[in-house]
Amino acid sequence: MGKTLFEKIWESHVVVEKQNEPSLIYVDRHLIHEVTSPQAFDGLRLNNRKVRRPDLTIATMDHNVPTNDRSLPILDQTSAIQIKTLEKNCKDFGIKLFDINSPNQGIVHVIGPQLGITLPGTTIVCGDSHTSTHGAFGALALGIGTSDVEHVLASQTLWLEKPTPFEIRVEGKRKDPHAVTAKDIVLSIIKHIGTGGGTGTVIEYRGEGITDLTMEQRMTICNMSIEAGARAGLIAPDDKTYDYLRGREYTPKNYESLVDSWRDNLKTDSDAKFEKQFVLHIDDIAPQVSWGTNPGMTCDVTDSIPSPDEFSKGDSNQKKGAEKALAYMDLKPGTAIEDIKIDRVFIGSCTNARLEDLIEASKVIKGQKISPHVRAMVVPGSQMVKKQAEEMGLDKIFIDANFEWREAGCSMCLGMNPDILSPGERCASTSNRNFEGRQGTGGRTHLVSPVMAAAAAIKGHFVDVRKMDLS
Amino acid sequence: MDSFKNVTSIVTPLDKVNVDTDQIVPKQFLKLIQKSGFGKFLFFDWRYDENENKKPDFVLNDSKYDGSKILVTGDNFGCGSSREHAVWALLDYGFSVIIAPSFADIFFSNCFKNGILPISLDEKTVEKLQQETRPIEVDLEKQTIKTLSEEISFEIDPHKKKILLEGLDDIAQTLQYEDEITEFEKNSKIPSVL
Repeated sequence: MGKTLFEKIWESHVVVEKQNEPSLIYVDRHLIHEVTSPQAFDGLRLNNRKVRRPDLTIATMDHNVPTNDRSLPILDQTSAIQIKTLEKNCKDFGIKLFDINSPNQGIVHVIGPQLGITLPGTTIVCGDSHTSTHGAFGALALGIGTSDVEHVLASQTLWLEKPTPFEIRVEGKRKDPHAVTAKDIVLSIIKHIGTGGGTGTVIEYRGEGITDLTMEQRMTICNMSIEAGARAGLIAPDDKTYDYLRGREYTPKNYESLVDSWRDNLKTDSDAKFEKQFVLHIDDIAPQVSWGTNPGMTCDVTDSIPSPDEFSKGDSNQKKGAEKALAYMDLKPGTAIEDIKIDRVFIGSCTNARLEDLIEASKVIKGQKISPHVRAMVVPGSQMVKKQAEEMGLDKIFIDANFEWREAGCSMCLGMNPDILSPGERCASTSNRNFEGRQGTGGRTHLVSPVMAAAAAIKGHFVDVRKMDLS
Repeated sequence: MDSFKNVTSIVTPLDKVNVDTDQIVPKQFLKLIQKSGFGKFLFFDWRYDENENKKPDFVLNDSKYDGSKILVTGDNFGCGSSREHAVWALLDYGFSVIIAPSFADIFFSNCFKNGILPISLDEKTVEKLQQETRPIEVDLEKQTIKTLSEEISFEIDPHKKKILLEGLDDIAQTLQYEDEITEFEKNSKIPSVL
């Protein structure tokens, strides 16, 4: 019987295999940031261990770095200590660090691909659940906890139970690809399969709706695999993948010979078997807006807030969850999504802060001003994205519309730095999680695409971006 | 890691589904660089109001659950962020067993690295255990949960069971495979980053 792409990558990385036990899997790339690594380095010191392969390990600082003027000192002392600790750990253990002043600094899942560190067919881990992003390149990319970060630092391997392969086919063509985006595709998937729908699996996204996407759009899809509970998500590499990585700063010297072998090997065989399958038809999908406190609580922009009964389909626990979510979000069933007013707009995060995201959002706002009661910010995913956007004049478009134009980092996706919502504030956000308090205690998050966030900034409430001129 | 001992305790019922790790430990507490002391931040935004006064309606603030070592909760517990701080907070607070119909993958894996036993049981049994007001006994060796009225058995992967019972140092185990790792590296075609 044939094999899936995931199984091929898995098998080519098994170091030790035992019956009915986890396998020891080799890690090709280990990405590190300031929040989930300090305790791992402490563990190494305590046991007098070294980093086995500093040459396969790359660090940056993204989660709690301020996104205002970088020449100013970091006011939050605990953040400053965490950042200094990463600097010291990288120095002590010989790890390459893109620090706050590096032109390569940025969100770890934005810089990996941008620098050519992310490669097809590899295993990539990071102490961050959105590591699934790198799966867009046909890599097996897993988010791990801090104990596993320490384990990889010490041994360059991980004990893993083999997840099962899950095929998600995305069929058809979007009618208006500028208004209905990759974010809307992945939110639709999570809306259907739920936040636990992918538990224990590695999703392979397939079909015309996926191969049509650019690499940056594919990253948005794979990024949110974890929001469906999946261990990872991936997409088979093709010419778009190979072209994207060619000639980047850390792309390997023998890249072309690697590409030749990837072309032959990195695909799911026609007779391979998936344990689980789901099909999404995208010809008629609408822009999506989340209304609740997990990413599965999402509906079309043309819909109204569902009643807990309608949402839960008879499941009493889900009903309770929906009631609680609506209370937290201060929303009532039957309210049209387009009637929901917003206070804040956040365009950023490892889901949607790449150059294409900023280009698309800028088309919506060009020549307009944001609604007077809205505060809006753009936080580019990396310093390189910021520079490229500035070279195109996108910063001017945003600033002229009264957006704040920031330095790179995770920022208000998780509010570890000073960029947070105040209690009760409602935000149209291009990030990945609408959990209670995620963007600030008491803050209310609605997940949307960059163009939907930009449109909401202009109008002051959600609006179907398909009605706007994006030419 | 300490080896897992049998636990006898009253249960703390947390009747919620899809509890994400952002709720278990909110982001403002992820800036610490040690593993200890996270218990006071556990479920912080549910436990305390904006003035850091205890919210009386939250289960952890009900004194009858003081000293409980067993949390019984809803489907898909620990979803979202991979932060191991969530497990450190549960452990530091005093929980060593978590019972739910299902767990998110990364959280589940993180539990075993820190000596917490996560037990999956069907929804009906979990609901029944949430109602249990008398102490229950969790025996990992026998894979049973004893209440005053019945004995419930649970499944656990034998390898994971061994890790908990023996309190094994994962890394020391792995480093015994030095030869295999070196051999793998010799054959790998993936070049260094630098």
